[in-house]
Amino acid sequence: MELLQLMDSAVRLATPLLLAALAGLYSERSGIFDIGLEGKMLIAAFTAGAFSGIAGMPIAEGGWGWTYGMAWFGLFTAIIASVLLSLIHGFASITLRGNQLISGVAVNFFAAGTTVLIGQEWFRAGGQTPSLRGAQRFEPITLPFADAVSEVPVIGPVYADLISGHNIVVYIAILAVPLTWWILFRTRFGLRLRAVGENPGAVDTAGISVVKQRYAAVVIAGILCGLAGAYLSLGTSAAGFVKDMSAGKGFIALAALIFAKWQPRGVLFAALLFGFLEAIGNKYQSVDIGAFVIPVQFMQALPYILTVVILAGFVGKAIPPKAGGEPYVKER
Amino acid sequence: MKLIKTLIGAAAIAGAATGALAASHGGGANPAIIFDLGGKFDKSFNEAANAGAERFTEETGIAFREFELQSEAQREQALRRFAQQGNNPVVMTGFAFATALDTVAPEFPDTNFVIVDMVVDQPNVRSVVFNEHEGSYLVGILAAMASKTGKVGFVGGMDIPLIRKFACGYVQGVKSVNPDAVVFQNMTGTTGAAWNDPVKGGELTKAQIEQGADVIYHAAGGTGRGVLQAAADAGVLGIGVDSNQNYMHPGSVLTSMLKRVDVAVYDAFNDVNNGEFTPGIQVLGLAEGGVGWALDENNASLITDEMKAAVDAATADIISGKVVVHDYMSDSSCPVN
Repeated sequence: MELLQLMDSAVRLATPLLLAALAGLYSERSGIFDIGLEGKMLIAAFTAGAFSGIAGMPIAEGGWGWTYGMAWFGLFTAIIASVLLSLIHGFASITLRGNQLISGVAVNFFAAGTTVLIGQEWFRAGGQTPSLRGAQRFEPITLPFADAVSEVPVIGPVYADLISGHNIVVYIAILAVPLTWWILFRTRFGLRLRAVGENPGAVDTAGISVVKQRYAAVVIAGILCGLAGAYLSLGTSAAGFVKDMSAGKGFIALAALIFAKWQPRGVLFAALLFGFLEAIGNKYQSVDIGAFVIPVQFMQALPYILTVVILAGFVGKAIPPKAGGEPYVKER
Repeated sequence: MKLIKTLIGAAAIAGAATGALAASHGGGANPAIIFDLGGKFDKSFNEAANAGAERFTEETGIAFREFELQSEAQREQALRRFAQQGNNPVVMTGFAFATALDTVAPEFPDTNFVIVDMVVDQPNVRSVVFNEHEGSYLVGILAAMASKTGKVGFVGGMDIPLIRKFACGYVQGVKSVNPDAVVFQNMTGTTGAAWNDPVKGGELTKAQIEQGADVIYHAAGGTGRGVLQAAADAGVLGIGVDSNQNYMHPGSVLTSMLKRVDVAVYDAFNDVNNGEFTPGIQVLGLAEGGVGWALDENNASLITDEMKAAVDAATADIISGKVVVHDYMSDSSCPVN
């Protein structure tokens, strides 16, 4: 039972990591490093919170007085905002052939500052958005037969508690994993996307536009980051945006991506593992294993430690896409 | 050349400002307030401080200057800036200012400083501390009486002695009603970011609810937004802190532990304005009306007459000294868990 609760919590905590890591997967597989995941999530979280809030606010208070669909509208605006930031990153690193890491850092700083600035201007609450209620948030979905089978031993509780009862974004995130695998490894688009990340020269020789492929990847990354951000403000207990609410999740997602060796299946595993570690850290703040007590700080640092271990080559080798980080210059 | 011009200009403005301030110094205050990392609108601690400052402005018409801290590095700079510009008093909300204030206060012997939640021993500093353990004891009684499962929770912000003090008072209150009660205690983190992480606050709350807690008290600043939301979502009760947070989820917030930071700020501004400022330690407890619990139309239906009577009795006992609530910070330990 306790394990089930931990896993339930792990799924909730893993969702933003999973979406952001998949975003990074598309981008980096096409050869564009993206350390701006954090910033894109943040701006998406803000946009989702702000527009869902405004749409649902009564007309008398200056809102639009919607009664349903606010969360979906929030999600839609979040994706737009995140894709716009993605395009800026793409423009700097693909078209202008700038340094991708610096552009990513700029995206992060831009998001951290703008969200609070606009939030303060609109809501006068120190960059927070109003508390969201009802259809302004994504409510938990009870899957069919969840109540009926909950009495069945083992499978019942797993289905009713662990699989059912999450909000829509969680299910989208989980489904995005096989979809990503299919796109990357079973479609022509995916083959080309991976090729521009490994050997853009060869793709260019074959008469396919490297620039277009890379832009497509960056836009997909933006959409996924938009989902991740909207989940933070509309799908969690925060019920709105507060400043810096992404709290480093974009970077943990990057760690998960490296940990997963840029594989979709691995990303799912890594995100769930990191979510599980966080859930353990939340529930047992200091784990007493008899001989000594593991402090909570160690649990919080574990994702990063694991990433370093992986990078140091102790647990297999993580080889990034070969052309990652290098702008493509067409030969004349 | 342009740079020099700018510099001269800035110096002139600064000079003029100081002159103007010196002139106005005889009659009243030129107050400034610095909010800690949770931000002015944390619906909790800093917001209470802001309410006190606003009340002063409303009553006297004297405007105050404010600064919201963005990072740890700004503490000393912000303090010095306000003091240099002649602001008096300079109020800061939060224990974390102690080191910075200890450095800056001697540099400006004519400026009065007020620090909330911490003691700084300087001749021009007033240290306002609250008996949070007493207020937490009262809401602990309410929590224990409202709980049906005999399990209640506590979610703290940053893991510091002050927040342990809240937790300890709360546990004592719970156990005074139901000695067998289980109290789950969690801290959000160990850095300043723990004051502003509602996602994690909500997750901690859900974990406690899953273990059976049905009343959850937070002392976590902006993180508490997630705590109260998660409690309301799950259909259990939350308890607010510092400001009256009953309105945030009417019917789902049992009560709020009030810490009258607003009174402390208002008094500080007013005392300087009337030339009655006194440095030293000011302790605001139940007897002084510095802490308490909130009862309004949002939670009236949750508080039974029996609960109210029990809390009123405990309040009287604490004030008369019949009941002594253990203060965690006095010996860094709590007799009950």
